Amino acid sequence: MYSQGLIGADSQTEETQEFLDAFQARIDAEEKIEPNDPMPEGYRRTLVRMIGQHAHSEIVGMLPEGNWITRAPTLRRKIALIAKVQDEGGHGLYLYSAAETLGVSREQMTEELLSGKAKYSSIFNYPTPTWADIGAIGWLVDGAAIMNQIPLCRCSFGPYARAMIRVCKEESFHQRQGYEIMMQLAHGSKAQKDMAQDALNRWWWPSLMMFGPHDADSEHGDQSMAWKIKRFTNDELRQKFIDATVPQAEFIGLTMPDPDLKWNEESGHYDHGSIDWDEFWRVVKGGGRMNRDRIAARRKAWDDGAWVREAAVVHAEKQATRKVAAE
Amino acid sequence: MTGVAIVHSHLFEAVLQLADDHLILGHRVSEWCGHAPMLEEDLGLANMALDLLGQSRALYAYAAEIEDAGRSEDDLAFLRVERQYQNCLLVERPNGDFAHSILRQLYFAAFMHPFWHHVAANSSDETLRGIAGKAEKEMAYHLRHSAEWVVRLGDGTDESAKRVKEAVDALHHYTDELFQGSSAMTACAENGVLPDVETLRPSWTSTIADVFAHGQLAMPEVAHPQTGGRMGEHGEEMGHILHELQYMQRTYPNLQW
Ligand SMILES: [Fe+2]
Ligand SMILES: [Fe+2]
Ligand SMILES: [Fe+2]
Repeated sequence: MYSQGLIGADSQTEETQEFLDAFQARIDAEEKIEPNDPMPEGYRRTLVRMIGQHAHSEIVGMLPEGNWITRAPTLRRKIALIAKVQDEGGHGLYLYSAAETLGVSREQMTEELLSGKAKYSSIFNYPTPTWADIGAIGWLVDGAAIMNQIPLCRCSFGPYARAMIRVCKEESFHQRQGYEIMMQLAHGSKAQKDMAQDALNRWWWPSLMMFGPHDADSEHGDQSMAWKIKRFTNDELRQKFIDATVPQAEFIGLTMPDPDLKWNEESGHYDHGSIDWDEFWRVVKGGGRMNRDRIAARRKAWDDGAWVREAAVVHAEKQATRKVAAE
Repeated sequence: MTGVAIVHSHLFEAVLQLADDHLILGHRVSEWCGHAPMLEEDLGLANMALDLLGQSRALYAYAAEIEDAGRSEDDLAFLRVERQYQNCLLVERPNGDFAHSILRQLYFAAFMHPFWHHVAANSSDETLRGIAGKAEKEMAYHLRHSAEWVVRLGDGTDESAKRVKEAVDALHHYTDELFQGSSAMTACAENGVLPDVETLRPSWTSTIADVFAHGQLAMPEVAHPQTGGRMGEHGEEMGHILHELQYMQRTYPNLQW
């Protein structure tokens, strides 16, 4: 669903200054870098990690919303939810393919996800106990994803940029769909309105954390910006998201769970209260409510499916052998 | 009841029965979403769930229109009790492993594809012809996709062959019910609205025999076919399906979502 302010990027590189300068000149000229082009090792590694994290986020992100597929309240909502979760899977597939152009296989990336070596967006380590969570995720989480991803449509790496153009169209559809669920709840019975407000209370702060640490505390922003992998800082994107989302909450009569949130006439932006970065790092490091469950679910699907994947390979080999024998 | 009213109620019951088959199988298939053996199957199974649930929605909407009693598609889908659902037993069977789920899909699609083909080409009911035209194409995909998998599993590894054989053992005795027409179905067949399901048996059997031959599977002898779903006599799983399916509508009655 989204690329978090990258966790643990690695922009160390060992090429000659001449090579690096020539590469930077291409970047500065807004040329797209394609998989077979020469590129600094640090650039390649950063992209593998970033696209991999994004792909894993799409896949793990299927779980919290998948939790409501069998219980969705109407046929229309059920169908829309399955279609959304399916879209996220499609984003994952698309992104794994983009990462594969850089020489890392999907199996390898999956093993890294399951072993905990590769990260995914921490937002999916929060649970979805109520139907309103489906609205809140679409509205806020897909909404934050879009803020992150629109600039990635201009990312210097061609396959990632092109993937993002397609993905962003679908994410914005998800965002509208989620907001529409929230609107319906907010205009509904007291129980529905309470459910919506409760979901907003739980998802607002984690959504702000999706943009990653404050710029001052962010380790690898500069190189990613110079390489035009990133185009805006974490704080710039977070502010855009807040400015866009606060009026949407007001419009449907819900209240942001931040007493310090107020419009700043001078800056032309909303000021907000301080983000609990201890919580952010706790969840990143595995201490969120659902970290273990999410990986366990992915591992179970992977392990339970091993015999199926193996059968497909063996069958294809048998077919190929028979074809050769028949010729 | 007048003659017209009886025809009307038969059509309602038959459409509802078809809708129930699609809803319950769609529910089962949707349980896979996010847990499939590979990402391609997460997408493929979600696709099939979407087709089935989309078909059920069109059928419930039509049933609600025929009934004309103020019930909506969602009232019909979510607010009946176990004995009022008329889906066949096959579709409510638990997912089991991938072999069970994909074989269940093959059995159902091998029946529904010719069923919808017949409706699209021959039905006197315009709404059903419309639903069938779309559903026939969708079921062609389900049939192809599930048949390919059954062949792969049957002619794959020793383990996959063993698992798909177990699935045949577990599910084949539910297939006879597909050809058991309820009185509503029979009446609709007599009116030229729906096919006589018994006439679809040769096509179903030859499809399954062909897939099984490629997958090196034997057609089993069924000593005791299991039926009852068409009369609302379901297995123990049905209540658990409804418990999940109906959760929101039962917990928060009469609300808009
Ligand atoms: Fe996505
Ligand atoms: Fe995304
Ligand atoms: Fe999305």
